[in-house]
Amino acid sequence: MKKLIPAMLLLVALSAQADNYRLPKSPAFEEECGSCHMAYPPQMLHADSWRAMMGDLSRHFGSDASLDEKRRVAITDFLVANANGRKTGTTRDAAGKPLLRITETERFKKKHREVAAATFQRTSIKSPANCTACHRQAAAGDYRERSINIPK
Amino acid sequence: MRRALTIAALLFTATAQAETPRDFLTRFEKEAGSAASAERGARFFASKLGGEWSCASCHTEKPMQVGRHARTDKPITPLAPAANAERFTDAAKVDKWFRRNCNDTLNRLCSAQEKADVMAWLLALK
Repeated sequence: MKKLIPAMLLLVALSAQADNYRLPKSPAFEEECGSCHMAYPPQMLHADSWRAMMGDLSRHFGSDASLDEKRRVAITDFLVANANGRKTGTTRDAAGKPLLRITETERFKKKHREVAAATFQRTSIKSPANCTACHRQAAAGDYRERSINIPK
Repeated sequence: MRRALTIAALLFTATAQAETPRDFLTRFEKEAGSAASAERGARFFASKLGGEWSCASCHTEKPMQVGRHARTDKPITPLAPAANAERFTDAAKVDKWFRRNCNDTLNRLCSAQEKADVMAWLLALK
């Protein structure tokens, strides 16, 4: 029991920290992935998910996001090295395939369970992929409660 | 002397690599084998031609202004060279974006003529 209390305190401290992502630097990742959408923190998906996604960029959620091979490999390596699937919950879908959308992860769903589907569709937000609409400091990796401001 | 030569060589390489928007118009016209039409480019830019989007869906019908990605809503800097000096200065970027965006809007690559027409129209925007 004596050992358990510090362990629990540590867990509480860690989960409070977990909404603040330390963003690893990669100019290639920021340029290529950040042109059309926010360059999401690599920690938000499992390495298998990044590998699967980076292997099919010409059909990237309905858009052609194809890259030259050298950059594709470099960005894949960067994402895999910084991935953190463990914290996102189950990393595969019912068919056993790696999850490809951050919004499909258990962590995302749990964190947004109080947000109605209609809220995500507001013209000021448009889609759950648009983190910065509500998480105003998301570009700096800050997803903490106190930085949230849901637009009308 | 050797150093001067190196500097001269470096300068030459740098100028050879930097491209201007006009260079792309020249290149696409040459590839197409005929002159560009800004009027045709304007129509092409605003029309849906097979896909769900036109060029204007993201870049707006007058790309002197900031656009927004049709799906993610992320702001897109102006496409017209008169409004954004960074546009059409890097061949690798120009080729990459024509490849991706033509596939997204037409479900195929653009012809050299289509690219020449769009370039002519973008260059005419002031």
